[in-house]
Amino acid sequence: MKIAFTTKGTEWDSKMDPRFGRTEFFVVYNEDTKELTSVDNKDVENDAHGAGPKAAQRLFELKAEVLITGNGPGGNAATVLQKTGTTCYIGAGEMTIKEAYDAYKNNDLKKF
Amino acid sequence: MKVAIASGKGGTGKTTLSTNLASFLSENNKVVLTDLDVEEPNSGLFLKSELIHSEDKFKMIPEWNKTDCTLCGNCQKVCNYHAVIQLGDMIMVFPELCHSCFACSELCPTNSLPMIPQKMGELKHFKSKNLDFVESRIKIGEEQAVPLIKQTLDYIDENFDDKVIKIYDAPPGTSCPVIEATKDADFVILITEPTPFGLNDVILAIDTMKELKKEFGVVINRCGIGNDDIIKYCDKHNITIIAKIPNQRAIAELYSNGELLWDKIPEVKVELEKIAKYLTAFNINAKPTL
Repeated sequence: MKIAFTTKGTEWDSKMDPRFGRTEFFVVYNEDTKELTSVDNKDVENDAHGAGPKAAQRLFELKAEVLITGNGPGGNAATVLQKTGTTCYIGAGEMTIKEAYDAYKNNDLKKF
Repeated sequence: MKVAIASGKGGTGKTTLSTNLASFLSENNKVVLTDLDVEEPNSGLFLKSELIHSEDKFKMIPEWNKTDCTLCGNCQKVCNYHAVIQLGDMIMVFPELCHSCFACSELCPTNSLPMIPQKMGELKHFKSKNLDFVESRIKIGEEQAVPLIKQTLDYIDENFDDKVIKIYDAPPGTSCPVIEATKDADFVILITEPTPFGLNDVILAIDTMKELKKEFGVVINRCGIGNDDIIKYCDKHNITIIAKIPNQRAIAELYSNGELLWDKIPEVKVELEKIAKYLTAFNINAKPTL
């Protein structure tokens, strides 16, 4: 299973980014291959509007089934995530990626 | 003549000045007051007039028709606002993000995104003697005020000729709705209060008007509270203070009861006369004279 994180860096000990649409990176952990990959989302800074749907679309292309983030997506992005069937967990905004993953595994995160 | 009444800060007296100035000028002129604060129009609370016309206002939004769509992705590429996105074999449209630019629709090779009218608000036209009053009210949940402001201005241009004095009650702030509400005005009155907040925000509004190359002047409301930093600022930057409306409990009481001030508070009438005189001098070659 592929799990996506909104993050400020690309390593396991990088900080999570509590924002969804304007997150700096998406980091994807592939549980099957144990691979950690990342996608830069910073180009969203140039967009005054529509950061949420754009990020949700990016996430869709990454084919992640689970999203772990902080504050949770806004209305437009939530609509996309619902359509794409991505399960979203929130409340990990202040953690590192590793802590967020462990919290998810221990069922400590809130389902959005 | 078109006069927009704006401010940086909210709650400094745009509506108070708009309604009183419009009513005062309508004693001797044909006047139309337009409430362009479509997200929360309130000028109507102070005017007793009769509804003569109302109409729904629409904006054009693309609607995906999947029949002929080849999923080429061109629509999402040309959309600057991410209002159209492609998700696998599906195109999603976000009406709140759409700016009705038609790019996705016009550039679609299979015409799979026809533009469909969608109601965004309502315009109402009221009348009493020499004073017409037009307000638009945006639908709850609608995010963009600019298209409705634009269509409201078009309604005014279509229904009133140059002889009618046009007063626009603008939205607060300095963002897109304010630009739209002031960009066609011949003159902009910036109303502020003599407090640090009022000064900070009126400076933003002044800079905006300079950027737009607008003629403008300042009216200080609730004069007597705060400090005189706004007066010093205007002196230093050579900005005319057209009038100073005093801070009085009686004014607040009348306002709270939805009543106009100028026919009851002489000090307010004197200040409106100053504004009328200033606008006349500004508009000396245009008709009608105020």
